[in-house]
Amino acid sequence: MSDLCWIDAALAAARPRAVAALLRHFRSLDLAEEAVQEACLRALKTWPQNGPPRDAAAWLIFVGKNVAIDTVRRQGRQQPLPAEEVLSDLEDVETPLVQRLDDGHYRDDILRLLFVCCPPDLPATQQIALALRVVSGLSVKEIARAFLVSEAAMEQRITRAKRRVAQAEVPFETPSAPERAERLAAVAAMIYLVFNEGYAASGGDAHVRAPLCEEAIRLARLLLRLFPTEPEIMGLTALLLLQHARMPARLDASGAIVLLEDQDRRLWNGPMIAEGLALIDKAMRNRRPGPYQVQAAIAGLHARAASPGQTDWAGIDALYATLERMQPSPVITLNRAVAFSKVKGPEAALAMIEPLAGQLSGYFYYFGVRGALLMQLDRGKEARVAFDRAIALANTAAEAAHIRMQLDRLMAGSSKIAPTPR
Amino acid sequence: MQYAILCYHSEDVVCSWSKEEDDAVMAKLAVVQEKLARQGKLGPVVRLMPTTAATTLRKHSEPGVVIDGPFAETKEQLLGFYVVNCDSLDEVLDIARDLGRANPGGAYEIRPIALLRPGSTG
Repeated sequence: MSDLCWIDAALAAARPRAVAALLRHFRSLDLAEEAVQEACLRALKTWPQNGPPRDAAAWLIFVGKNVAIDTVRRQGRQQPLPAEEVLSDLEDVETPLVQRLDDGHYRDDILRLLFVCCPPDLPATQQIALALRVVSGLSVKEIARAFLVSEAAMEQRITRAKRRVAQAEVPFETPSAPERAERLAAVAAMIYLVFNEGYAASGGDAHVRAPLCEEAIRLARLLLRLFPTEPEIMGLTALLLLQHARMPARLDASGAIVLLEDQDRRLWNGPMIAEGLALIDKAMRNRRPGPYQVQAAIAGLHARAASPGQTDWAGIDALYATLERMQPSPVITLNRAVAFSKVKGPEAALAMIEPLAGQLSGYFYYFGVRGALLMQLDRGKEARVAFDRAIALANTAAEAAHIRMQLDRLMAGSSKIAPTPR
Repeated sequence: MQYAILCYHSEDVVCSWSKEEDDAVMAKLAVVQEKLARQGKLGPVVRLMPTTAATTLRKHSEPGVVIDGPFAETKEQLLGFYVVNCDSLDEVLDIARDLGRANPGGAYEIRPIALLRPGSTG
């Protein structure tokens, strides 16, 4: 690994702390981000010669602060705005920043930074793009590639999101315990969105989007390191690790979806599964269950099965029932139906999803599951109708191709059990 | 004389390595390890899971206090370690409590092992 790679990793690791600290000092996301950007450029110039500093984040904060002060002064000359009103604590800025931020501070700093990126009124796609740009420091080009949109469109999306955030009131006081819990929940949801954006998209472009999953895992670990006693953050991290571990087996060489039960389990990432299972074990000891822990436990039961036949479907069904109670949602019931069909048979599962037809009439996965259950019951004609509907609703070419494969099986009179992929 | 070499690094940085970067480092280390193994000088090699997977048992009082997260104090020093094979964290904690009763005070940090090569020294 070259020195430059090492510097990239060091910068990526230090970035959230640096942006978060400068956000607190200057109370402007734009200013903080630009300052860290400039500091990173300077790091790329000086670190190869001088060697990396002992504390990369402190270095970035120090250099970034000076950059931001320069910027504020320059703008101060252009506009009659006194610098004192922009800076939160001028004296502190003037003293050389040798002293590092204490841990208590930086924990809330980073949480605030993440929280600022996910105001509830900001559409999910904008939250993700903003977090990837500001917190993770991905380039607009990289994010555009991951979202499969043009660079110009992504630039615009991020600019719009930043404008919305700039207008919103940024909470700078140290949060109370309930406020902190609320922020944690919002941030966890945002991290999960980042992951799903990378995970759900399937097809030939999947390798382009894997970095989103990796970034989400990195953010989840960061959050867990800051809040090591939160079982739901353990659950979230475990869930992401366990799902990402299956990535190498989810698509075949041609980019087609491979069903969970047809996946080559030797391709699953063993160390990632082990870490996910260890985190679930640790989370459960707290006896404060939550939706992420339950979802992680479901993924854990799949991961533990050495072959599809060894899957603990009854356990998975029970966990889905718990999840249904925690977060009633037709999508969860639909997922449960797949496990339920393995325990109680396709007829019972079909009865379970029948009442969801109205709510899920635009959902690809609903018709995929319905078709597969009907197929198992040898109700070919109805299965065909469901599969046709699924194809019409498919989001990606790989999803449509997967359903077509089911249709081919149907036409060939095969009765192979084939639930839709997860 | 047997020696332990304890590995310290910035976890933020190591967790930011891409899989390719991580594999490259592990491959370079493997070259050094193989040389040592041929000389009969290499004992067990262990890579721990990240500190996010850690649990700490503080054993200043009976039966000890379990805290999620790594051991974060700087007043105490690392004096030794065990490698145990268990089915669950609860089982490890029971073992740690037993050990703690035999030697109260201080703490045990429990970290799942990501990779273990047994090795053998002459």
